[in-house]
Amino acid sequence: MSRLELRGFGWRHAGRRAWAVRDVDLSVDAGERVLLLGPSGAGKSTLLAAIAGLLPADSGEQAGTVTVDGLDPRNARERVGIVFQDPQSQLVMARSGDDVAFGLENRGVPADQIWPRVDAALARVGFRYGRDRPTAALSGGEQQRLALAGALALRPGLLLLDEPTANLDPAGADLVRDAVAGALDGDRDTTLVIVEHRVAQALPLVDRVVVLSAGGGVRADGKPDEIFDRYGGQLAADGVWVPDQPLPQRGGPAAPAGEPLLIADRVGLVPRLAPLADEVPVRAGEALAVLGPNGAGKTTLALLLGGLVAATDGAVRATAALTGDGRVGPAPHRWRAPELVRRIGNVFQNPEHQFVATTVADELALGPRRCGLPESAVARVVDELLQRLRLDRLAAANPYTLSGGEARRLSVATALATAPRLLVLDEPTFGQDRRTWLELVALLGELRDAGHGIVTVTHDVDLVAALADRRLTL
Amino acid sequence: MSRSAAAPVIGGALARRNPVAKLAAALVFSVLLLATLDPVAPAVALAVELAVVPLFGLGYRALLRRMAPLLLSAAGVLVTLTLFAAERTGPVLLAAGPVLVTSGVLVTALGLALRLLAVALPGVLVFATTDPTDLADALVQNVKAPPRFAIGALAAFRLVPMLAAEWQLLAMARRARGIDAGRNPVRRFRLFAATAFGLLVLAIRRGTRLATAMDARGFDAGVPRTSARRQRFGAADAALVVGAAVAAGGSLAVSFAAGVFRPVIG
Repeated sequence: MSRLELRGFGWRHAGRRAWAVRDVDLSVDAGERVLLLGPSGAGKSTLLAAIAGLLPADSGEQAGTVTVDGLDPRNARERVGIVFQDPQSQLVMARSGDDVAFGLENRGVPADQIWPRVDAALARVGFRYGRDRPTAALSGGEQQRLALAGALALRPGLLLLDEPTANLDPAGADLVRDAVAGALDGDRDTTLVIVEHRVAQALPLVDRVVVLSAGGGVRADGKPDEIFDRYGGQLAADGVWVPDQPLPQRGGPAAPAGEPLLIADRVGLVPRLAPLADEVPVRAGEALAVLGPNGAGKTTLALLLGGLVAATDGAVRATAALTGDGRVGPAPHRWRAPELVRRIGNVFQNPEHQFVATTVADELALGPRRCGLPESAVARVVDELLQRLRLDRLAAANPYTLSGGEARRLSVATALATAPRLLVLDEPTFGQDRRTWLELVALLGELRDAGHGIVTVTHDVDLVAALADRRLTL
Repeated sequence: MSRSAAAPVIGGALARRNPVAKLAAALVFSVLLLATLDPVAPAVALAVELAVVPLFGLGYRALLRRMAPLLLSAAGVLVTLTLFAAERTGPVLLAAGPVLVTSGVLVTALGLALRLLAVALPGVLVFATTDPTDLADALVQNVKAPPRFAIGALAAFRLVPMLAAEWQLLAMARRARGIDAGRNPVRRFRLFAATAFGLLVLAIRRGTRLATAMDARGFDAGVPRTSARRQRFGAADAALVVGAAVAAGGSLAVSFAAGVFRPVIG
């Protein structure tokens, strides 16, 4: 059971002008369950890293103090367990049981006690497989359960969860939430601090909510009901997913969809996507949502429609309306890349996979340049997109240093830069805060109304309700 | 992501030996073989190696699949040396236009190709039948390798299969951004280099995150580490290493007795 104390705490990463987090005063008593909220960029992850003792003293500048049970967290590592966002990069071993044992070995737990503790931790999180299950064969939600078991096996007095469900689909997120709930049920020995965008997911787990403000300091602190009654509207405006705040719905009958741009004719790709039963048209002025469980091949369909992979069954055919030159020509995956970006804009699930330039402005200029636009026209396009997607202050920043919401906005902007008639997006709202979410929905709605075709692969039921004209369930 | 075709096959008396013993046996065997340039010693050694393959629980067909790249390079060595070697001694076996094959050339080429196979096969056998986790455990427990190195390398090794998938994704992302090389070889190379750099950046970011997660679970915290999985180095393991030395020595002895022994040094 551990007690956490922060007094005027702040941290500035070496080489940065701005403080990642500052002026935080917070006491968390042993056994308390705290949800830590704040707009994106408020420094929540940095704060958790500091509490876990994972910020080396020489990696930045500290203000104020942070203590766990009165100790510097760097000397109290064995009292704190942490689970991060990305399941792939926190599992160490090839077999599930070995991974849970890893921390116990590091702490020098005698060998004969390790396996009983591993089994107990696996049971505690509801892990459904044996110790020998390869970690690579687990779904994202199951991997996060395993990471949780690895943290709990060390019996931490303080458990930190840093957006443990942000990289997961809704089913995976439920797995993790149930695991946390089950593991902490009836256990008043573990103090919990959780950072989570999806407040509704986290609320059953906590009895206190602390809100950081973007400029530093703690804005609000109290019981969940009181906090959301008093600050709900403001928090929602800041981007926090406050429960029961209304979202836009696709209102009224849609304008009749335009001409087909692309036709997916019984298309399939062995072994990732079973051939579709019908011909699926993608039309101008229409938003098509592609739904279905994990592993059904949604992303593969997006790649096929986006002209990035070749089909093994059926075909993807572009119409003259999309090619714009009156000819139908070869299938999209055979187009040269500069041709492709003029016709189809692809937005990947992870924005970072798409970045190739060293500044935001260059990233936006790349597509138009590849299409042979003159520099003056390129500059016009870049300026307009910087304004439209609120990236103007970041024009000179490195794309890899952007926050999640900024990176998403940039990846959509790069796809728009060449003014393609069709946009194909893979989980565009994944892990986004409420503010970015609303902006994206508004932008995609505008594009659709302006006659663009939109295809979006998604698990997000709110996005479907707000945007989709037609659904395709795999 | 499922484990690839390179996943270890466990089974067979020798496959179950201590990973460090297997590694040491393969090293001893291969290094001793390097002592001679003649084709007889590697031929005998290769025969011995092929005879023990079933003891590693590996089928010959599976072995052939794993050896494919090696066989290809051995064939390459054979053809290139036979046709282009400078030293053309011994009776002429074939003279067809510019192609002149003499017995001396053929023996040298055959010797090199056999050496390549005989030296590499033990390594292939060991890695095909050794679980990486077991190898890291044995390195730490039996030869006192620093866990920081052995376990760290093991964790990094686990990220490798993800790189292949990520490479594909990066290549597609570049195309989606309007970048392709067409048939221009220079642009192709530059695109390849740029994609490789992108992959490196991703790998470093992921590696950093993994290192932090390992830190958070007390890795390398200065506390003496315990081991959940015991690796024992017993008499049978020592016997494997000695056996490998004896077998390699025997191959050399055969070549010596046949009077074809050609030491590398001297």
